[in-house]
Amino acid sequence: MTASEFEPWNDPEAKPLIHFQNVTKRYGEFTAIDDLTIGIYEKEFYALLGPSGCGKTTLMRMLAGFETPSEGTIRLAGQDIAPVPPNKRAVNMMFQSYALFPHLSVWENIAFGLKREKMPKHDINDRVDEMLRLTRLEKFARRKPHQISGGQRQRVALARSLAKHPKLLLLDEPLGALDKKLRQETQFELMDIQEKTGTTFVIVTHDQEEAMTVASRVAVMDHGKIIQVATPDRIYENPNSVYVADFIGDVNLIAGTAKPNGSDTYALSWHEGHAPLTVQSPNPLSDGQNCQLAIRPEKVSISTEKPEQADNAVQGRILDIAYLGNLSTYHVELPTGTMIKAQTANTRRIARRAYTWEDTVWLSWTATAGVLLAN
Amino acid sequence: MNRMSWFNAVSLTLGFAFLYIPMVILIIFSFNESKLVTVWAGFSTKWYGELMQNEAFLNAAWVTIKVAVFSSTIATVLGTIAAYVMVRGGRFMGRTLFSGMIYAPLVMPEVITGLSLLLLFIGIGLDRGVLTIVLAHTTFSMCYVSVVVSSRLVTFDRSLEEAALDLGCSPAEAFRLVTLPIIAPAVISGWLLAFTLSLDDLVIASFTSGPSATTLPIKIFSAVRLGVSPEINALSTIMISIVTVGVITASLVTKHQMTRQKREEQAAERT
Amino acid sequence: MRSFVLIAIPYAWLLALFLVPFAIVLKISLSDYAISIPPYVPQFDPETGIGALIDALDFENFIWLTEDDLYWKAYLSSLKIAVISTFFTLLAGYPIAYAMARAPAEWRPTLMMLVILPFWTSFLIRVYAWMGILSNEGFLNQFLLWTGLISEPLTILNTNTAVYIGIVYTYLPFMILPVYSALERLDGSLIEAAEDLGCSRLSAFWLVTIPLSKTGIIAGSFLVFIPVLGEFVIPSLLGGSDTLMIGKVLWEEFFSNRDWPVASAVAVVLLLLLVIPIVLFQRNQQKQQEAEQ
Repeated sequence: MTASEFEPWNDPEAKPLIHFQNVTKRYGEFTAIDDLTIGIYEKEFYALLGPSGCGKTTLMRMLAGFETPSEGTIRLAGQDIAPVPPNKRAVNMMFQSYALFPHLSVWENIAFGLKREKMPKHDINDRVDEMLRLTRLEKFARRKPHQISGGQRQRVALARSLAKHPKLLLLDEPLGALDKKLRQETQFELMDIQEKTGTTFVIVTHDQEEAMTVASRVAVMDHGKIIQVATPDRIYENPNSVYVADFIGDVNLIAGTAKPNGSDTYALSWHEGHAPLTVQSPNPLSDGQNCQLAIRPEKVSISTEKPEQADNAVQGRILDIAYLGNLSTYHVELPTGTMIKAQTANTRRIARRAYTWEDTVWLSWTATAGVLLAN
Repeated sequence: MNRMSWFNAVSLTLGFAFLYIPMVILIIFSFNESKLVTVWAGFSTKWYGELMQNEAFLNAAWVTIKVAVFSSTIATVLGTIAAYVMVRGGRFMGRTLFSGMIYAPLVMPEVITGLSLLLLFIGIGLDRGVLTIVLAHTTFSMCYVSVVVSSRLVTFDRSLEEAALDLGCSPAEAFRLVTLPIIAPAVISGWLLAFTLSLDDLVIASFTSGPSATTLPIKIFSAVRLGVSPEINALSTIMISIVTVGVITASLVTKHQMTRQKREEQAAERT
Repeated sequence: MRSFVLIAIPYAWLLALFLVPFAIVLKISLSDYAISIPPYVPQFDPETGIGALIDALDFENFIWLTEDDLYWKAYLSSLKIAVISTFFTLLAGYPIAYAMARAPAEWRPTLMMLVILPFWTSFLIRVYAWMGILSNEGFLNQFLLWTGLISEPLTILNTNTAVYIGIVYTYLPFMILPVYSALERLDGSLIEAAEDLGCSRLSAFWLVTIPLSKTGIIAGSFLVFIPVLGEFVIPSLLGGSDTLMIGKVLWEEFFSNRDWPVASAVAVVLLLLLVIPIVLFQRNQQKQQEAEQ
């Protein structure tokens, strides 16, 4: 790891810009946020990822000031923000619906927050022009929100929330209303703008691909709790729980009992009459502990012959083939009844498939391909 | 599917004939020469002339307009506040009572509303006149305004207000700069409804007016009780024309705006 | 705190001008018809000064209402007129609403405007329009005599028939609008599905259209029934001396007989009569709102 890499969370000296300390939010009987502690650092692009109802939106609305925590404190740059009303916070939000004022033009929408600051007129002009340039909206300044396309509206909302130089920008499902292609383009645009402005971004999303693409760190949430906070690659390769492994991407789960077998290495007994699987996994487990092997489909190879030097190999029968163009996914049933998915890249045009339905094949993977997760 | 079945065509024709023929007859016979309303005796506008000479009617019309302007304006302010608090306000003491009082006048028979207000005015020794009619009309029409405005507020995207707060508005500024301009059409139609209700009201005005103030409906009612008269036909024609022109203009303007907005939205998606 | 100040104004207004007056009505309905009291309000006939300040509450006026058969006959007759005219309004309004909902989409706003237009014109004028039509020498009789259907003019004005016609006419938009909005939402493919599954046109209408427009029918019926029950203008202009409606009785009790305690008692009973339909109406509206969500 080089020193130039942006990883303030690994630096014990760094102070988080936002600090949630044992924050709980209850609505009557319902606990939306459950004793949550996290730190978000300056210039970070932080993604809150989780299914709907997991509390990610509540978390964001507490940052914006529309909700107050029932317990605990939220600090922004060291200062407790609970008593600060939303209109006095150096935090701006980009709304899921964009919330563009329909009676105002694009220009007036972007200038709206600046006018509230009583900024001198020519400064407002300069700042709005700058934002219009940044978001490539110069041509649309005088249009009303209903006179521009969905993608343009999204950029107006971004420009409006960035215009006031917020310390922190909150983005609530910012790309949810766009179609898939536009969404992918806009993700890169968003990262670009975040880098250019150096603003701290917190994004709420239920789209894992989006979170993985844009974020420096991803926080996976469930039922008001943070399950794991890590960089996208660590979240994917080293999930800390079955929940995270299952939520992010596709995964095969094989249940069994672990038996330590050298440093970080375990033998997983998964079914009687079958050789135990060899797994190298960073999560410590005790002898005989019940756990699951989580392994991504693309890390499982498929072959007709038993591979010679594989750490693990099992035989099964192809039940289903999903052809996705760039990839093919094989659903293979092991004699034990377990279903394993194996994915191969279609790097050549297929004139004839090597394997087809009902074929008996071998699945194999290395010891480091998967991780063991305690139940 | 585009052509209507004969059954539907017949129902529409008969239905609208039933709704409009009485008014058309009324209008035609306002131009009748004869005093007898039911016998045509040639075209004349003399009843309009006589109406313009009739001091009592003109005074009553003036009182009615004054009452309607004042009561609908106060009712719009109060009704909008009430709607805003009902839709947004969350909980407050006696919320159930308040919502009950907002909706009850809508279904309360006018005779009861009129009677109860009269007894109140007598009880507190308030002389009956323009003021008491304004108070009475404001009370029932603010409920209509609040229903109209709150039905708009229910569909109002709340994140617009939150966005305004987020961008530095105080709650009052957010209401003035964002909420009010957007719900303005509903507030205006609330005002128009309150204005029309006040113009039309006979029963409540009869209870709450005094000898010093007679409204047009009271005047018309006492004249009509004696039978049909061409002067009333002329007056009715004027009132129907004003309403018709108003409603048609309003609907044309809305239609025009809606088609323009639709066109612009389609154009925007193509770019 | 701010919202408390804000709400205080309309709240106080409604308390003072809606709730308090009603409390006064209740109080007066429980007090005596006072002759001996000095006039409470000078410009009123001294003999009928109100007994508002008399604390002797009793149910004398209500007992009086039950003893004099004028009142309960008026209540019954109002109920009867309201039920029958609601039925006829539905009968006239449903086909119109149905045809509107089936009309080409580009016509609908215009048709809608044509239904709303009468609603904005003066109620009084619309009732008055029928006086010229229904009288003995009126247009209806002229027309019927001309067609030869009748040889002598019919007496319609100042009878209950005229009252029914007037009510159906003036309240028709209240019936059409909710039924139309229920029918317009109805998905046309449901009818096609019913026909596809073997329904005839008529049975599809009976088994699919009617049940799905039920909330509109109920809402429209209450919107007609509730105000008709307390109606005053129509019976007094189109009805005869034998047309008994409670709104008219209350008016006469108050303005002609000047018996305020009895008028108040009449009002209280009328309101009690209205409580049931109002509650049912509210429930229907709530159900509809929940269904829409």
